[in-house]
Amino acid sequence: MSWMILRIWTALVYLFLFLPIGVVMLLSFNANQFGSFPVTGLSFRWFFKLANNDAILRAFETSLLLGSLTAVISTTLGVLASLALVRYKVPGQNMISTLLIAPILVPEVVLAVALLLFLNALSINKSFFLLLMGHVIFTLPFVVLVVQARLVNIRRDVEEAAMSLGASPRQTFFQITLPLLAPAIFAGMLFAFTISFDDITGTLFWKPGGVETVPTQIFAMLRNSISPEINALGTVMIILTVGLPLLGIGIVRKMSTKSSE
Amino acid sequence: MTIETREARQPWILLSPSLVAITLLLVIPLLFIVVYSFWLRTATGADQVGFFLDNWTEALTDAFYRDILLYTLKIAAITTAVCALLGYPAAYFIARSKGNKALLLLLLMLPFWISYIIRTMSWINILGVSGAINSLLISLGIISEPIQMLYNQVTIVLGLVHFLLPFMILNIYVSLEGIDVTLEDAACSLGATRWQSFLEVTLPLSIAGLAAGGLLCFVLAAGTYITPVILGGPSDAMFANLVFEAIITQLDWPLGSALSLMLLVVLGALVLVYNHFLGMGQLMKGLGK
Repeated sequence: MSWMILRIWTALVYLFLFLPIGVVMLLSFNANQFGSFPVTGLSFRWFFKLANNDAILRAFETSLLLGSLTAVISTTLGVLASLALVRYKVPGQNMISTLLIAPILVPEVVLAVALLLFLNALSINKSFFLLLMGHVIFTLPFVVLVVQARLVNIRRDVEEAAMSLGASPRQTFFQITLPLLAPAIFAGMLFAFTISFDDITGTLFWKPGGVETVPTQIFAMLRNSISPEINALGTVMIILTVGLPLLGIGIVRKMSTKSSE
Repeated sequence: MTIETREARQPWILLSPSLVAITLLLVIPLLFIVVYSFWLRTATGADQVGFFLDNWTEALTDAFYRDILLYTLKIAAITTAVCALLGYPAAYFIARSKGNKALLLLLLMLPFWISYIIRTMSWINILGVSGAINSLLISLGIISEPIQMLYNQVTIVLGLVHFLLPFMILNIYVSLEGIDVTLEDAACSLGATRWQSFLEVTLPLSIAGLAAGGLLCFVLAAGTYITPVILGGPSDAMFANLVFEAIITQLDWPLGSALSLMLLVVLGALVLVYNHFLGMGQLMKGLGK
């Protein structure tokens, strides 16, 4: 009985989480001339309009470039730091860990203000560079946490075995350590990219005039009025950020079950 | 150089890029705005270097800032409470369900991959004048004119709960998952009812996860800038909106610094209290998931 109530409660919670997103996707295919309710038929017109919207396409380019650079830099820093924390006994380990995740503990607005004002005092104005530095510092803690969680599972004796069988340190690193690290590196990059791609608060403080990322472009569009193109953009982003990774997981699973058969 | 000293230096070489980045891009900038908050913005728009208490006096004594700070903390507290109430039963269900636990957890991760601004604005499609609810009520003939449900305190809390609920559920789930199920059975076999065994065994053991989720929800809600702008009305500004206004719109950087630090101190104090009683471990467990 009480289990049944819990089940219904949980179902409602999931409905609450996903219903609005479902409505975004539904409305993006709506033929209605204002793109709002009632749904009058299936149409791709909002997607065509979206594909011809130069501002959004430019924002997409900026976001992709920013996200990719952030992912590379942040993951490089994060993987090195995680290796040190997981593999070695470092004096002051706790303090270092806290310092590395400090950017999460500081409210994003405060982080944004501090970085903007400090770099401005060094005569680094609002620019793509400032935006990139901001995104790196903001994503670093997440990368460290995710990579550390993966690294703990890699056993060191595999490397020691390779060495004892005559591999040089360089061979060991490239043939043993790096392949084992690859999933952690990949997870870190994916995470950093997603967070950077999604960030808006810091970005609004750091971006120079005229430069928009996808979220700030949506934000600017929302200020005028809610246009159905935003729903279409939402659908495209959901398919890109949710559909593709799920498909990827599915393919990997299928391949691994095939190979184990 | 002996092997030992090389071994001892290696972790520092690996750590140094990150530590340099954090120092240059976070620690020093934070110290810098402490200094900046004592400067003064002059009528000409230039900042006067010096030691002035004007910004702090204004930030701490002006009822305008105090009211918005209290309003921000109130919204954050309500959001956190709603997340806990909605999230706990769901987390319990996931932790104790036998079948599709992996699927339920995966679904809970999905919102993290969907753009925050899209999720926030999605409520306009539901509650807006031409949104789902108004269209439905009109087509059913219950109302003739659309009701304005958006742009108030309630919709801000709604948007924040929608954004933060997965954090809360995951944190509670992690702590419930660590509790031995047989403990509850043991309590029952010793004469406790199911409800008693939950209240006296499971709930206290999961407080750490609840607190970790609560801290995350509170801090993220109190620092939010976007949600009040999209889902709130003109009089629903929260503290981050004030900071944005001072820094970006009015370009009063010394005052903006003081306001930022005020928010940091209030929320930082909360993190310190949490850290003192519970430590950062539980929070990391929930975040690393």
